Amino acid sequence: MNASVQTPSTLSAFISLIKRDLMLSYRHRNELLNPLLFFVIVVTLFPLGVSPEKQLLQTMAPGVIWVAALLAAMLSLDTLFKSDYEDGTLEQIMLSPHSNALLVLAKIISHWLVTGVPIILLAPLLGLFMFLPGEGIITLMLTLLLGTPILSLVGAIGMALTLGLNRGGMLLSLLVLPLYIPVLIFSASAVDASMAGLEIKGQLYFLGALLVLSITLAPLAAATALKISVE
Amino acid sequence: MKLPAIVHKFSSPKNFYVMSGKMIPWFMWGFVLSLLVGLYYGLFVAPTDYQQGESYRIMYVHVPAAWMSMFIYMIMAVSAAVGLIWRIKTADLMASVSAPIGAAFTFLALVTGSLWGKPMWGTYWVWDARLTSELILLFLYLGFIALQAAIEEPRNAARAGAILLIVGVVNIPIIHYSVEWWSTLHQGATVAKFDKPSMHISMLIPLLVMATSFKLYYAASVLMRARSEILRREQNTRWVKEIIDNES
Repeated sequence: MNASVQTPSTLSAFISLIKRDLMLSYRHRNELLNPLLFFVIVVTLFPLGVSPEKQLLQTMAPGVIWVAALLAAMLSLDTLFKSDYEDGTLEQIMLSPHSNALLVLAKIISHWLVTGVPIILLAPLLGLFMFLPGEGIITLMLTLLLGTPILSLVGAIGMALTLGLNRGGMLLSLLVLPLYIPVLIFSASAVDASMAGLEIKGQLYFLGALLVLSITLAPLAAATALKISVE
Repeated sequence: MKLPAIVHKFSSPKNFYVMSGKMIPWFMWGFVLSLLVGLYYGLFVAPTDYQQGESYRIMYVHVPAAWMSMFIYMIMAVSAAVGLIWRIKTADLMASVSAPIGAAFTFLALVTGSLWGKPMWGTYWVWDARLTSELILLFLYLGFIALQAAIEEPRNAARAGAILLIVGVVNIPIIHYSVEWWSTLHQGATVAKFDKPSMHISMLIPLLVMATSFKLYYAASVLMRARSEILRREQNTRWVKEIIDNES
């Protein structure tokens, strides 16, 4: 490497990549609205399709809201690598001297900040739609806080694998949704348990463990998959 | 870590083609013999179950098929990892040609399980932990097959598939235990799955024979699929042309 070219430290590359992605999503902020609207609409369909009865909706609420969140998170993955792949930025990132997995993690973090966090913030509104009681709403937000990063991390692997493919969207759902099942199970049951006045620590610990596991392993897998896709 | 040269020599497509051609008849005959023995002992000789009557005999297909569904996924993950790390083409090939067989066994396990469920539980389907994780395993197989089909270049398809399989192997225990936990939470003891640690030896032996038989069937059919895939991928090499010239 040419000595006159200063390579920035990995940390500063990490931070500047997050800043760049956040700036880009701010410039295209109306694109970010689509998954959120989808989230709200899917949940709205349930009272219309099933029944507006309070009792019934309350029992279904944790599952319905979480399934809608899974689908919204999956749809939002589309913006994770696509534009960078198309304009060649992704190739540059892969060629950089820094750890690819860390840079991929930076992209995932900024993606979660603009897609996962809004889902968490919208959840109380949907909780009201579905007549969730107060403690249920708080637990719902807690599980979303722990769960949506897992969705972004695991989804990044699926997105990286299907990046260059035609009709990758349907394939993505087939690859990613089975892997989302544990998050759905623990989150929905935590909300259920809190409505019944039960302890929810167990479920939250499990979600925390899944989060730690996916933070450590998912960026590695996603970076390897991206290398195949950009070749 | 380097593999010994003999591994590379054996796994070259040409040698693999020749060797596997010699092995297939053995596997095939072993499969047919053990299938006949296993079915005879399972269907006619093994005693009737005192609780389940004759209907338990579907176990001789159901249980080996369920074992195979998991066994093949592990084989696929291991050979895909070997292909990814040491760049052995034949290992990649084994992973991709195994997938439809594995999916078929998974499907067979689900169908026989639901046929067994009807007389035992009174319904074709229950959201039992094992049934549900078997269904999810089927989805994992189908996802892998779909990914392989979507990527045209075989080398990239193999590498992408390998990553998916490895991610799947990490996830299978997590999915399995979360589903188990979920079903105990939701259903309690509504489903009385029979415990089998204390299975009588006269019932167990036919089961093991059937399991061997299924494994031999897998070995034979995976090698047959691998051979035709090798011919297709290596169709422009000289040795394949010679084989085709000799046979026509």
